[in-house]
Amino acid sequence: MHLVLFILFAMLCVGGALNLVLQRHPINSALSLIVVMTSLAVLYLLLGAEFLAAAQVIVYSGAIMVLFVFVIMLLNAGEEDRTGGSRAAYAAGIPGVAALLGILAYVFLSHPRQFGAAHLGGFLVTTSDLSTVLFRDLLLPFELTSVLILVAILGAVVLARKEY
Amino acid sequence: MTNSFHLWLIPALPFVGFLLNALFGRRLPKSAVTGIALLTTAISLVLVANIALQHASFSSPHVERVATWIAAGPLHVDFSFYLDQLTLVMLLVVTGVGFLIHIYSVGYMAHEEGYWRFFAYLNLFMFFMLVLVMAESYLLMFVGWEGVGLASYLLIGFYFQRDSAANAGRKAFVVNRIGDFGFLVAMFLMLKHFGTLDIQNVMQHISAHPELQSGLLTGIALLLVLGATGKSAQIPLYVWLPDAMEGPTPVSALIHAATMVTAGVYMIARSHVLFDRSPTALLMVAFIGAITAFFAATVALVQTDIKRVLAYSTISQLGYMFMGCGVAAYSAAIFHLVTHAFFKALLFLAAGVIIHALGDEQDLRAMGGLRHRMPVTFWTMTAGVFAISGIPPFAGFVSKGVDLYATFVSPHDGKILWALGLVTAFLTSFYMFRLWYLAFWGEPRKAPAETHEHHGRREGPWSMLAPVAVLAILSLVGGWIGWPPALGGTDHFERYLEPVFRTEAPTYEQVSIAMAMGQPAADVSLQPAAPPPDLRTERLLTAIEFLVALSGWFFADLLYRRRRDTIAREDAQTGGVYGLLKNKYSIDELYSAIIVQPLTAFARIVLWRGVEEHLVDGAGNVAAESAQGGGQLVRRIQSGNIRSYAGWLALGAAAFLIVVIYLERF
Amino acid sequence: MGNSVPIACYLGLAAVLFCIGISAFLIKRNIITIFMSIELMLNAVNLTFVAFAHEWHQLSGQIFVFFVMVVAAAEAAVGLAIIIAIFRSRETLNVDQINLMKS
Repeated sequence: MHLVLFILFAMLCVGGALNLVLQRHPINSALSLIVVMTSLAVLYLLLGAEFLAAAQVIVYSGAIMVLFVFVIMLLNAGEEDRTGGSRAAYAAGIPGVAALLGILAYVFLSHPRQFGAAHLGGFLVTTSDLSTVLFRDLLLPFELTSVLILVAILGAVVLARKEY
Repeated sequence: MTNSFHLWLIPALPFVGFLLNALFGRRLPKSAVTGIALLTTAISLVLVANIALQHASFSSPHVERVATWIAAGPLHVDFSFYLDQLTLVMLLVVTGVGFLIHIYSVGYMAHEEGYWRFFAYLNLFMFFMLVLVMAESYLLMFVGWEGVGLASYLLIGFYFQRDSAANAGRKAFVVNRIGDFGFLVAMFLMLKHFGTLDIQNVMQHISAHPELQSGLLTGIALLLVLGATGKSAQIPLYVWLPDAMEGPTPVSALIHAATMVTAGVYMIARSHVLFDRSPTALLMVAFIGAITAFFAATVALVQTDIKRVLAYSTISQLGYMFMGCGVAAYSAAIFHLVTHAFFKALLFLAAGVIIHALGDEQDLRAMGGLRHRMPVTFWTMTAGVFAISGIPPFAGFVSKGVDLYATFVSPHDGKILWALGLVTAFLTSFYMFRLWYLAFWGEPRKAPAETHEHHGRREGPWSMLAPVAVLAILSLVGGWIGWPPALGGTDHFERYLEPVFRTEAPTYEQVSIAMAMGQPAADVSLQPAAPPPDLRTERLLTAIEFLVALSGWFFADLLYRRRRDTIAREDAQTGGVYGLLKNKYSIDELYSAIIVQPLTAFARIVLWRGVEEHLVDGAGNVAAESAQGGGQLVRRIQSGNIRSYAGWLALGAAAFLIVVIYLERF
Repeated sequence: MGNSVPIACYLGLAAVLFCIGISAFLIKRNIITIFMSIELMLNAVNLTFVAFAHEWHQLSGQIFVFFVMVVAAAEAAVGLAIIIAIFRSRETLNVDQINLMKS
């Protein structure tokens, strides 16, 4: 059961990600990203992170991606035109990506036994556990993030303002 | 010794004089400069005379340590001064003749712009020469050695606006340097094998170790000889001395006749223990001396510049001294050194009076008939000419005689050396009388209007004539202290110096006899000394030498007084033997072609263009250009293009990750 | 048997998502799409954190994800504001044409 669910939603993730790369219109990329986010939320659930799954759906897919869609529509972004890029991007990037993938695969897959296995319900984190840690041990960072959000709001407002 | 003589004062005073005149002399009035220079030298002379009077003979040598100089591991050298009979003789010569020449210079250089500079350099020279003579360690002697070379360079190039003078100074310095190299390497060898540079310690070490290889000792000795030939102008390093006549005449008298050039002879005499143990080196010294003496005398025969004649004569007489050292007759060599100082300085100073009076005229062909107009100079110079030619009872006769006799009885090719010496004596007499006749006899060839008449008396100021007179007297009586027993005297000089040259180690004769018989030098024990001198032979030889000197006079008289056209005919001859001699055997040209030109070409092509331009400048240029080029290259990353940034980012991240992971693993 | 999935699979999935994100970053020319690929990369990292939190039974992985989400939200807001501002001055969303240093 766990395995089936995992495979299903893993495929959805990868498919959405590939679709993001392959689509030419940004709105299509945005929508596939939403698919990816939601699938990831299910995967979090499988890994026992309830709160995070909910937060993923609410914050990421519900707020951030919606923001993206708004901006795409606001700016009336059209299909991508093919302009000449930089050679360095391909010359340096492709080896970089390949190397990265290679090394991560090597690290993660070389000793599959040293990583354990995930059982459904093996480690369930309740919201109260999470909040205990947040509000007791990490209160300061928590408050700082609220300041961060405030700054971000102000910044967004200032930057996007129309100049008169 | 209980009481100290304050030996350090003797060189220190001229040094103070140098400092004062060098720093302030330009602003001081001439009388002050003179006063400083003369006073410091005079006090040194008084001190030396005082010591000489107090200690007529030393029971043991006197050492005074002033300060430690180097104390680094096994090397220990002090600033210490050493006083024995030999040192005292040299000190008397240096300070005595030096002082007389200082007085002379007051008159000679009176009209010079650089009056203060001259006396500063002269005092500097005195300082270094005194250090050289009194040094207890080879290293300190080397300091004096180099220093007198420096002073010589400064004084030869005194008229530095003249190209020829500047070049001559440089030539002297460079040639001396070659000799100094020999001295230096000898010191290295001494340090390595004997562990000390103190002269007496080295000598004791050599004496105490009879098993020391003669190879090593010969090597050290020959290197020292190289240094000596540089300083004392022998073959092959004599070429600087004739050119050194570009300097003012007092300089020629003091440095290049009486004192500096004798440093080489002094050094060999000081190191006699070393030389005694190496017959090969001594033989080299003897032959170098004899050949140089003959060679220089031949060149002097045709010179027309009065100072050049005297220069080559100096080289020749130094050859005699070398020859004396080479047959281990050290006291004879020193005796000739002393008498030569007297009469050569006299000759130079008298020549200077003539030059000064004739308005800087040095060419013999322009002189003539001066004996009427310059009587004092005539008589004093005559004394000098007689002395150098070996006419009794003048000093040269005695010292040359003693020297030649010692050569004759030497068991190593002594007869050959003596024969060379005899021929050279003939030539010496001939060219000196030639000079005498050309300058003083015959019709005046230079117009009287050109003579220099501002002193009232036409000859010169008393400051120039008085020292000349003193030296003339010394040239007459100076030899009497060493009158040999063969001619009825008691040889005070040799007996005075005997404690210095007596040695408990095997002597030269003993070692060479042993080696000839196949015994190793180590097995030579103290055998009875050489047989006593043969008085009859000595008298016979002296008579022969006297006749030879007279015949030189006779031929000179024949060619230069009775005939008036000889000098003109000499001038006209350019080929054959005359040409060879006039060109000084083209040795200068030979050295130039073999040594100087290749070196300058090397310096220009390899070192200048090759190393300097390509390597050194090139390295700098390459560094600069690579920095620039590298900068150009790296600049392309900053393109402003976001996507290329992204690409580099990805690559960088991958690299970083690889590094971290592999560092974790290993 | 079907009840457990090796953690390595989750990690591998995250690695793949991350690399797809980088490729999108390199290939795409629309600046908004590039921005979205950054979000994709962040999500891949979040998945890694959660996976490890599950393996070692530690909360801190999930706490970290929490903070990442917050920061990502703030960053998205500000970044999009900047893009709007750039669009206003350049009239284009093509990265190749937004180049102040064009020689």
